Amino acid sequence: MNTKELTKGIFRENPTFVIMLGMCPTLAVTTQVINAVSMGAGVLFVLLFSNIFISLLKNYIPGSVRIPCYVVVIASFVTIVEMVFHAYVPAVYKALGVYLPLIVVNCIILGRAEAFASKNGVLDSALDAIGMGIGFTLALTFIALIREVLGNGTITLMPIGSFSGVITIPVLSDWPVRTMTLAAGALLLMGYLKAFFNWKTERSAKKRLEASR
Amino acid sequence: MSYIAILLTYIFINNFILVKFLGLCPFIGVSKNSESAIGMGLAVTFVTGTASAVTWCVYYGLLLPLGLEYLKTIAFILVIAALVQLVEMVLRKMSPALYKALGIYLPLITTNCAVLGIAIINIDQAYGLLESFVAGIAAGVGFTLAIILMSNIRESLDLKPPRKQFQGVPIAFISAGLMALSFMAFDNSLLSNLHLA
Repeated sequence: MNTKELTKGIFRENPTFVIMLGMCPTLAVTTQVINAVSMGAGVLFVLLFSNIFISLLKNYIPGSVRIPCYVVVIASFVTIVEMVFHAYVPAVYKALGVYLPLIVVNCIILGRAEAFASKNGVLDSALDAIGMGIGFTLALTFIALIREVLGNGTITLMPIGSFSGVITIPVLSDWPVRTMTLAAGALLLMGYLKAFFNWKTERSAKKRLEASR
Repeated sequence: MSYIAILLTYIFINNFILVKFLGLCPFIGVSKNSESAIGMGLAVTFVTGTASAVTWCVYYGLLLPLGLEYLKTIAFILVIAALVQLVEMVLRKMSPALYKALGIYLPLITTNCAVLGIAIINIDQAYGLLESFVAGIAAGVGFTLAIILMSNIRESLDLKPPRKQFQGVPIAFISAGLMALSFMAFDNSLLSNLHLA
């Protein structure tokens, strides 16, 4: 069991903050925490099964038509996700809208199929998919938390039993920074977060260099 | 909706990049100079326009009569991939000059969210054939507008670069955010003020 394949997607090769793949859903669905978590779950499911199937089929797919083959595999699993969401969580299905079928063209999934699953065994590919999927979900949830808390003063989760699913934060909900929930806020926040992560990696690289001396 | 309303909606009010975040990857990746931005913009407009019309025909001519609506996503992505390939081959034969200008951008367009996005939006909004085509062209024009503005911003940033941590992608996102703020001036009241809604 190779745990390195599992953990690399979460921090060192995080698909959102380090490799910068799959930006469209990252910015579009992060207005509420529940949407971000659902999107992450959908991507994790598609990523896991497409990686497993492509890894199993890698010896049977001719190299010249591999991309259309991958796309068909991915699109089939996206259709399954669409149907499941439509049947069991219609509110989330409606909120995600066009971005749910657009998982097909999410670069993370095709990217992992091409860069990893087509060259590695089934178990490693599955671990890679789980790691990348969790990394993507965490990144989305992180962005959604910042945007929803600052922009609306609430945290929206699943309604369970008597709990309505919405946590209201006292002061912020009276004076929210509305821009954060709008398109402009998402782009600005992403820019500042990326700059922050650049600064952080640069600093840790410098530290490692000093330690090795 | 009238055709002018559809044009205004997808170019300004629901600009594909600055409001809907569709097609962000090429927007950040291919906007380093204005020449390639124009090439990418034209290629995307060409494909969104044709893909809108073709996917409309596939949905209403094939999937709906056969009761296969749930295959929409798979069918559309295959149609778009085939279409992009076809456009590439036709351009290479018919117009080598245009192919030289757009050729390198065409393969990238298959996985551009904007193309599949407009195809699905057309079906969701229940547009007719001509309306779909106009919406496709408008989405492409909106993309072109945003990417040309972005490339100009990035060319001026080359002359006076920001701090090291902000160079490249971060400053591109922040500039796009500021652009999106100014695009907020266009909302649905634009249509009602023009008596189009």
